[in-house]
Amino acid sequence: MDREAGDRRQEANIEARLASLSNPVRLIFFTQTFGCDSCLMARQVVNQVAALSGLVSVEEVNLVLDKDRAGEFGVDRAPAVAVVGGKDLGIRYYGVPSGHELASLVDAVLLAGSGELGLTAATLDRLAALDQAVDIKVFVTPT
Amino acid sequence: MTATAIEATEFPDLTREFQVSGVPKTVVNKTVEILGAQPEHEYLSHILEAVTEAPSE
Repeated sequence: MDREAGDRRQEANIEARLASLSNPVRLIFFTQTFGCDSCLMARQVVNQVAALSGLVSVEEVNLVLDKDRAGEFGVDRAPAVAVVGGKDLGIRYYGVPSGHELASLVDAVLLAGSGELGLTAATLDRLAALDQAVDIKVFVTPT
Repeated sequence: MTATAIEATEFPDLTREFQVSGVPKTVVNKTVEILGAQPEHEYLSHILEAVTEAPSE
């Protein structure tokens, strides 16, 4: 399969998955003008995902010029994406969500849109009882 | 609660700081580490461990 056909197939697959979305989701994209080689590529990926669903929109935040807004989302690096549905569940992605990670971004969009976390009631009860902030970092690679 | 996926090769400073030598690697509140993909209860117990270990976080 040539690359273009592969890309088209991947887009059709993402579009089909996003068709199940019933609430709007914002992809808040954090970028900076200088010193960010991968910002352009990340922006393309984010725009590509948004183009495949009428319910997904992109808002761009310049990390340097709009520090306050970046601070609201706790983001201090670029490229980064905050995936925000009806409320902010705290889902962030740092880097270019390409390859395998593109599927993870789509998963995050569906999760943010539905608010369904896919966790057991027992886990949700234990987490709801926490009174401290929890920061989780998951290091990944795109392949 | 925030959960951030970090593309390891793009952020070498973070990869160094958290001594990432393989992926996926999960770090909770900068202290508790989880290697590989684990079942849900493992993540929960590590999160609970992190909040009891580092109350200042």
